[in-house]
Amino acid sequence: MTRFLKLLFRNRLAGIGAVVMGLILALVILTPVLPLQDPYATDLGARFKGALQDGHILGTDHLGRDQLSRLLWGTQLSLLVGLASAFAAALIGSTIGVIAGYFGGRTDNLIMRAVDMVMAFPYILLALAIVAALGPGLLNALIAVAAVNVPFFARNIRGIVVTLAGREFVDAARLAGMGHTRIILTEIVPNVLPVIVIAMSTTIGWMILETAGLSFLGLGSQPPQADLGSMLGEARAALITHPFTSVVPGVMIFLIVMSINLLGDGVRDALDPRLKSGALSRPLPVTTVGREGPIPAATDDLLAVQDLHTQFHAGSRIFRAVGGVDLAVRPGECLGIIGESGSGKSVTALSITRLVASPPGVITGGAVRFREADMIGASYEELRQIRGDKVAYIFQDPLSTLHPLYRIGDQLAEAIRVHHKVPKDELRKRAITLLKDVRIPNAESRVDNYPHEMSGGMRQRVGIAMALANEPDVIIADEPTTALDVTVQAQILALLNDLRREKGLAIVFITHDFGVVAQLCDRVAVMYAGRIVETGPTQAILDAPAHPYAKRLIACVPELGHGRRELAAIPGLPPAVDDLPPGCAFAPRCDKASASCCEGDVPLIGTPPRAVRCLYPEENV
Amino acid sequence: MGSYILKRLVSALPVLLGITVIVFLIMSLIPGDPATAILGSYATPDNVEKLNRDLGLDKPMVTRYFIWLGNMLTGDFGRSFSLNRPVIDEVLERFHATLILAGTSFVLCAVLGILAGTVSAARQYGAADKAITFVVLIGISIPSFFLGMMMILLFAVDLRWLPVSGMYAIYGGGDLPDLIWHLIMPATALAAVATGVVARLSRAAMLEVLRQDYIRTARAKGVPERRVIMGHALRAAMVSIIPVLGLQAGFVLSGAVYIEIVFQWPGIGRMLVDAILKRDLLLVQGGVVFVAACYVLFNIAVDVAQSLLDPRIKT
Ligand code: SF4
Repeated sequence: MTRFLKLLFRNRLAGIGAVVMGLILALVILTPVLPLQDPYATDLGARFKGALQDGHILGTDHLGRDQLSRLLWGTQLSLLVGLASAFAAALIGSTIGVIAGYFGGRTDNLIMRAVDMVMAFPYILLALAIVAALGPGLLNALIAVAAVNVPFFARNIRGIVVTLAGREFVDAARLAGMGHTRIILTEIVPNVLPVIVIAMSTTIGWMILETAGLSFLGLGSQPPQADLGSMLGEARAALITHPFTSVVPGVMIFLIVMSINLLGDGVRDALDPRLKSGALSRPLPVTTVGREGPIPAATDDLLAVQDLHTQFHAGSRIFRAVGGVDLAVRPGECLGIIGESGSGKSVTALSITRLVASPPGVITGGAVRFREADMIGASYEELRQIRGDKVAYIFQDPLSTLHPLYRIGDQLAEAIRVHHKVPKDELRKRAITLLKDVRIPNAESRVDNYPHEMSGGMRQRVGIAMALANEPDVIIADEPTTALDVTVQAQILALLNDLRREKGLAIVFITHDFGVVAQLCDRVAVMYAGRIVETGPTQAILDAPAHPYAKRLIACVPELGHGRRELAAIPGLPPAVDDLPPGCAFAPRCDKASASCCEGDVPLIGTPPRAVRCLYPEENV
Repeated sequence: MGSYILKRLVSALPVLLGITVIVFLIMSLIPGDPATAILGSYATPDNVEKLNRDLGLDKPMVTRYFIWLGNMLTGDFGRSFSLNRPVIDEVLERFHATLILAGTSFVLCAVLGILAGTVSAARQYGAADKAITFVVLIGISIPSFFLGMMMILLFAVDLRWLPVSGMYAIYGGGDLPDLIWHLIMPATALAAVATGVVARLSRAAMLEVLRQDYIRTARAKGVPERRVIMGHALRAAMVSIIPVLGLQAGFVLSGAVYIEIVFQWPGIGRMLVDAILKRDLLLVQGGVVFVAACYVLFNIAVDVAQSLLDPRIKT
């Protein structure tokens, strides 16, 4: 509870709301004992006095009555009426909800249909009809507002009771021969009570406003008795000549509703853990860059990643997802990056065109060079022109990576259109050609499909077609076959291989599966805890892995292309990258680890093309 | 699509019937003899007898309901005693004025709300986001009737920019510019709360969508950020915004009652309040059934719009 209050008050606005509400409540409670003038004493000689005149702190109204006194009594009345209608609505609505949810079946069906029908009305129509039938008056307005809100409670409570009624303790009570009434009162009601209270607290502001509204219309409290609504309604006649009389009750209603809103928001935020973790922030169009240290000089590779550092900043914690990675590809070459989830392989791939979600991602060092130009320091527009045109991505799980509401033809066409001016009918033709290129049958009709109308394999082909749309120089494929079954996976790999040879593409292929690497990649880099631990030609590493980790990875592959049993055979878990131990990150899981492994940074060394980051490698490279 | 609309219309029939039952039941709460209550000060023995004959008020409730329903189906909503004209004529005329007001407000709240929410989300925690969040908070906390009154004071009385009230100028006027002139303040006051609600929801929906993988895909394709936000993200967010727009239409319609009173707008809300104060119950009954039925139909339109937007909904 204290933690909850602390959270609530950390939100400054909610704190303000609580203070304002507290002040209003204190005033209202003190109203009977405050030295106020009689709110009903008229004095036609002292009409419409301004503030602070003749001992009237807030002036007088059209009948010369003291405004301050009327305001406080009116506030009290408004709050009481709002509270009363909230209680009434909660009581009746919850009873209906409990009955419907507990008995279920026909009773439930009948009741919920009736509730739906009541909800089909714009709320005020119903309230007006009730007041029309019963006649204007504060009590009738209260009844109307309560009645209008009954369905809200009925519906919410029913939903919860339905799940409760199916639970074991209710069954047990039934078997023990308890009557329905007793079960409801002893087993159900105590469990739904907190929900009822929360639902009440969210609607009470609304109900205060509604009753005030009916009074404003002249349908609620009748003179001389006045709540805030009828004060405002009466003052309206003299709005233009004496606006102050209207402002006083109006501002009070505003303050009440606002403080309740602020409090409600604060409560919601305090209860919603997603806000704390920052999960609700949206990623920027490019990853934030905060580079420290020198920027490495350009090389003549097609694409080069140089000493790349990418971190995630979550509150005060820093996760070093990528801690100094070097990679390079030449035209027509396929480079595999392999590692467990959390090894930083995907973050490395996304860092290349700065697609790492940011916040929380920050690129803190190194460079990525495409044809020598540094993309980490590039402007958004420079980067945008490279994305999809020169460097394209294929992502994992095409169901979530394709837009669900656009036809795939349009998504393909868009990929082209944002980079090249092409006439519309030509775009469609190209889209169809692309679908044919990735061996999608019936491309002419498939082009009008939505993603959800295709199978997983077909969707992945669409993803590949989209990457190919502008004949890029580099394709970065981030686990493009993980979600697929083995035959489809083999087809997709073969397809990528063909395309690479036909079009001279460079491919960076990210995977956790050595079998896939063996099939497709010329060279491979093994990543662990954000760094490369071994790199070299695929065949050489497969034949004679030097790093103990790589050796175990390869031992895990039962048969090429069937590497589904991801690393099951390696005991232990990869380290959390927010507090890496000094020295070799693999040490806790390594059989050959010795004290020296944990002493200082282990360098990546060897004779090109091979290199390994290990003090006691399995092979000398 | 046609068959889907038809299906939704058919499924609305029980709801429409339910509405008439509920209104009928509420009206039967009237204490005392219904004919006397309906006629009020016109309750001469002759009139009471005639009304009893016409509406079958002396018959059992079930019979009475079906007589009433049958009359309504033939377009006969009874006669207003305070106005001495058929209820349906008055209702149609007044509803027309309300539609102009509420319709404008609805469009305003949808456009401004979605725009504000989108900007807010795209600039999360930036100055624009904070400013919008603050204005929205004020907007949803001011009762529309009080906001309307304050606007009159500022824009009509002090600055003299806009007319104080009414739908047309009393002398001259009556044309479209005159109507728009009179519409600006009430429509804005009415839209304020709904705009705030829509903006909040749109912001949340956009934030949710912007984290999705397909947004990253769009960025990876090199789609310009403006298009990513206003195209890809907004389109997807609309799927959760549209149902809320449907709900807000109900709130706008409800709020119109207050705004029509404050701005002397000759709409159906003001008609209902006047009718209640004059105890013209047939007029209230007819007005409520008519507006509720229109609202049900409007919600079907919302569902259809939703199915057009989202191909995953089976039509
Ligand atoms: S450096 Fe030491 S702990 Fe690390 S992999 Fe090599 S042998 Fe194992």
